[in-house]
Amino acid sequence: MTRLIAFWLGHRSELAALLGQHVLLVAGSTFVSVALGVPLGILAARRPRLAAPLMAITSIVQTIPSLAMFGFLLPVPLVGGVGARAALVVLILYGLLPIVRTTIAGLRGIDPAIREAGVAMGMTARELLRQVELPLALPSIVAGVRVAAVVGVGSATIAAAIGAGGLGEYIYRGLSMVDTTVILAGAVPAAALALVVDGSLLWLERQLSARRRSRSRLMAVTMAAVIAAVVLLSSGAAARRVGGAIVVGSKNFTEQLVLGELLAQTIERETSLAVDRRLNLGGTLICDRALMTGDIDVYVEYTGTALTAVFHQPIVTDASAVFDTVRTLYAKTGRTLLPPLGFNNTFAILVRGADARSRGLRTIEDAARESPRWRAGFGYEFVERPDGYPGLSKIYGLRFPDAPHVMDLTLSYRALASGQVDLIAGDATAGLIKGLDLVQLEDNRHYFPPYDAAAVARAETLLRYPQILTALERLSGRVSAADMRAMNYAADVEHRDVAAIARQFLASLR
Amino acid sequence: MPVPAIEFRGVSFARPGRPPVLDDFNLTVETGDVLALVGRSGAGKSTVLRLINRLLEPDSGAILVEGRDTREWKPIQLRRRVGYVLQDVGLFPHMTVAGNVGVVPRLEGWAADRVAPRVDELLELVGLSARQFAARWPDELSGGQRQRVGVARALAVDPPVLLMDEPFGALDPLTRAELHREFRRIQARLRKTVIIVTHDMGEAFALADRMGVIEEGRLIVSDQPEAVAASREPIVRQLLDAVPVVPRV
Repeated sequence: MTRLIAFWLGHRSELAALLGQHVLLVAGSTFVSVALGVPLGILAARRPRLAAPLMAITSIVQTIPSLAMFGFLLPVPLVGGVGARAALVVLILYGLLPIVRTTIAGLRGIDPAIREAGVAMGMTARELLRQVELPLALPSIVAGVRVAAVVGVGSATIAAAIGAGGLGEYIYRGLSMVDTTVILAGAVPAAALALVVDGSLLWLERQLSARRRSRSRLMAVTMAAVIAAVVLLSSGAAARRVGGAIVVGSKNFTEQLVLGELLAQTIERETSLAVDRRLNLGGTLICDRALMTGDIDVYVEYTGTALTAVFHQPIVTDASAVFDTVRTLYAKTGRTLLPPLGFNNTFAILVRGADARSRGLRTIEDAARESPRWRAGFGYEFVERPDGYPGLSKIYGLRFPDAPHVMDLTLSYRALASGQVDLIAGDATAGLIKGLDLVQLEDNRHYFPPYDAAAVARAETLLRYPQILTALERLSGRVSAADMRAMNYAADVEHRDVAAIARQFLASLR
Repeated sequence: MPVPAIEFRGVSFARPGRPPVLDDFNLTVETGDVLALVGRSGAGKSTVLRLINRLLEPDSGAILVEGRDTREWKPIQLRRRVGYVLQDVGLFPHMTVAGNVGVVPRLEGWAADRVAPRVDELLELVGLSARQFAARWPDELSGGQRQRVGVARALAVDPPVLLMDEPFGALDPLTRAELHREFRRIQARLRKTVIIVTHDMGEAFALADRMGVIEEGRLIVSDQPEAVAASREPIVRQLLDAVPVVPRV
């Protein structure tokens, strides 16, 4: 608890910015959902033939997991990509269903005698809608807005995966650092925000549905509007982070966050350019797309990952051959691969230290003998990648009785240490290897290709700001595997601040 | 010979796939008359009213309001000249009594300082104190009061024709008798052309200058109340027999 409060106090301007972004995401998407959903609902209530397919479509949209939806949208021009825009699109789509549904329900629930009275009085369709139908359906519509907004607060945390910011950034950061304090630092305000949104919209709903003097209804609506405006303006002010010329990205695990900070701080120190950090951007695919579209300018990739996952080339085990191939392929697509940083973050097949010692396990071959009695746990990427589990099991003849458990990469270390699984595929530089007493088995059949870390940047950016190239080249060959593991250890196990770790390391380089 | 206020000429009307509601229906209502249309439930009485303000259109034949075919009228204009009181009133629950009564004047674009005195005048006309009732909400009214507000609303822009669909059907007998008296008082002042639909012969005798009896979509009798009372038509007799008589003790 005290750690949580200390964290908030230490990050208060960042917390304010993330909270502001979160509110803006939810408010903006809810606003558009209402603007689209209410007319759609009106249309559907009038034309029952339209209602069924419309409801079906919006229901289907809502059953798509939000992370999958972000994935679908990545390659879509205009609305897709990385950042707040794509997140808004997803949140808007999610918000539509409750609003369309309650608009239809609100309009259909109106007593036919009341509608007939209006028509018989000579109201036009528009007059009937504005003076009778919408006011009577309003409490129901507001109930839909409430659902949409509360769901939006939750879904917006996931938007951090595509760099849209918001409180989800802490949750993802905490997950990748396996640091509950950081997770809570994002989750608690998000939950509080959901409660506040729910409560205030419920209040508005009650004000509207209770039979009230029109003056007090008007007051309620005016008050709600004023509060909303104040909240939005302050969120807007808080959310405005320094808009940098150079955008540094990273994937969503500790090492990538540290490397992202290393790049960002190096650029900040060596050039006069402002840097915007879009760290924690989902997986390889998202970073690659973001670099292609220009949503980010530079991030750190691993040569083997680029070869197989980005360019879909067959696995090669010679490090310099891989580097040259990847550099050529990047160059063809307008990206420049900088010289390697100096460490190879290959996949590490890990077992508990206790098992390794008691059974004398040294190589993956040794582990293959044990595999019929073991359970394996792998990250999502490892299960799918061509240089991942399928090839590994073939080369080493791994025969696990059950299909490997697929789990979050960072959680798999804990799962191994606590005995839920017996073998995982981690990163060779993971700080947790040291922290949790895990042992890396030797890849004696040389299955894994090299994963030399190297910054990859948009060629266009480097041409415009050649000083970035000069600055980043200073890092070439300077980050050893031991350095990286120590920095990861500092973040994952000692729970130190990533920016501070990077700053300390850069200072030690001089 | 002045033009009749309302005239049905050989009107047929059917819901798709159903037996006809009205079949070669003829009716004439002179200006200033109160006509009571009597018939069993489902005989087609309400359909007659909805054809007049063009909530429905006939399959064949013609309905003339003030000598003009309803299909030639602009529906909005027509409906502003025809007040309509429904059985369940249809007061707007989100508007006060004054708001409800002032709806049509506001639709007609009256200025607020003209609407307010008109609303007061109408409320007094239907026997409700404006000071006491104007700011109330529909769910704060009794059934009889709601009906009075419904009548006031229908009369707001002084339409020459008033249609009333079972206006007193849901009320207790005492309130109903009271509203019958009120109706006669108001009608004596306003001289509107009124069609009242009811299934209650007694109510028809209490209110009407002329009576029409509908059975299976046709007008089988249309005459003075005294003549109807003396009719030998079996259906009319049935309806007459249903009028409660206080037993002699």
